Amino acid sequence: MSTIGTGYDLSASQFSPDGRVFQIDYASKAVEKSGTVIGIRGKDCVVLAVEEIVVDKLYEVDAARRIFTIEKNIGMAIAGLMADGNFVADIARQEAANFRQQFERTIPLKHLCDRVAGYIHAYTLYSAVRPFGLSVIFASWDETDGPQLYKIEPSGTSFGYYACASGKAKQQAKTEMEKYKFADMSTDELVQSGGKIIYQVNDEVNNKDFRFEMGIVGRETNGVHFINHASWSQLAIEAGKAAKTADGDNEI
Amino acid sequence: MGPDIDFTDTPVSTGTTIMAVEFDGGVVIGADSRTSSGAYVANRVTDKLTQISENIYCCRSGSAADTQAIADIVAYSLNYHRNQTNKEPLVCEAASEFRNYCYNYRDSLLAGIIVAGWDEERGGQVYSVPLGGMLTREGCTIGGSGSSYIYGFVKEHYRPGMPMDECIDFVKKAVQHAIYHDGSSGGVVRIGIITKNGMERRLFYNTVTGESTIEGSQSFIN
Repeated sequence: MSTIGTGYDLSASQFSPDGRVFQIDYASKAVEKSGTVIGIRGKDCVVLAVEEIVVDKLYEVDAARRIFTIEKNIGMAIAGLMADGNFVADIARQEAANFRQQFERTIPLKHLCDRVAGYIHAYTLYSAVRPFGLSVIFASWDETDGPQLYKIEPSGTSFGYYACASGKAKQQAKTEMEKYKFADMSTDELVQSGGKIIYQVNDEVNNKDFRFEMGIVGRETNGVHFINHASWSQLAIEAGKAAKTADGDNEI
Repeated sequence: MGPDIDFTDTPVSTGTTIMAVEFDGGVVIGADSRTSSGAYVANRVTDKLTQISENIYCCRSGSAADTQAIADIVAYSLNYHRNQTNKEPLVCEAASEFRNYCYNYRDSLLAGIIVAGWDEERGGQVYSVPLGGMLTREGCTIGGSGSSYIYGFVKEHYRPGMPMDECIDFVKKAVQHAIYHDGSSGGVVRIGIITKNGMERRLFYNTVTGESTIEGSQSFIN
């Protein structure tokens, strides 16, 4: 059998001599190809925003959604492979449902995130499986913990964030996000910022055709996670489009 | 005709009086101390107030073996959960876990449990998990065979929002009455006061004053 490369990238259960697990690096590449996904945490609200690149105009408008509702008050957004995303969303829902059954209350987001991260990590350990080509962002709001935002990488590491991004324009989005003070933002301001960032980092040359998707949960939504809530989504899209034309004016 | 030794193959059960009352900042729980095996008193100084976590206790009634086993399992599970989340378990979580076991195994268990405690989120709370595995939160609840004798007393004297000292007096008197009327309740009255600082235990003898009449016996407290 002819060999290409070093051979250390064939299995998720083998390290390369310099300490890498190539399968995880490759999974990260799958995430980098995905449309940009951001999560931002305001004063009493969290917003998930997605740049869904339209690859085929024949799809229905809501096809291949990348934001999911996991619990009443928990939203999840994914960057990466859609099929893996659907699977992980279902795992997360089962975790949330089991917790509710056992303890008669909603799962704390940190706990859910740890559970799902553990699951994703397990898929980086064995030769019979491949890692998930996913970056997962969780968002929630409740009266006791307030706004919460977590992100999991394909390796299974997870952290809490004030703002985070994944996908194609991750770097641009992060640079953009550093300019904002999300922590003191009202719901409306946060929604508008989410719209602005996604529209600003969209690559007009290659991916002009994209669909804006948004998840929102906060005090003003009564602790319920909404996907593409009519009025708030409109607010975000308007702010995004306005920012885009303003940007264009400056460039010339 | 030999001696009557029927009790040797009679199950050991806590024919019991147990009780819990919420007050602002905590709960008062109480129980008698008799464990019987038929007519035989297997233990006259039983402790039916069982710790589940730092600030959560349960009052056990029914089969001693069943309730001890469930309490052990729930305590183990909540400790695991505490280590996983880095947070003290909530009283409602403990109660829900008791309910799950009592309901799922309702055909094989004889267990009536009161879960009481204090947590950061909702303060002092009392939950009752009776025979079939139902779960309800209550401001004041009674349980065990002795409780049937004091429904009237409790209905007459319980007021929501009683201060701690009144709750202690109320629980002490109620359990004393139950002990007096119920043949399967007896011994001493054990009381626990659970606040954010943990549980303070008190013990009352079955005298008019609640004080010991036996010299030197104070050393038996706790």
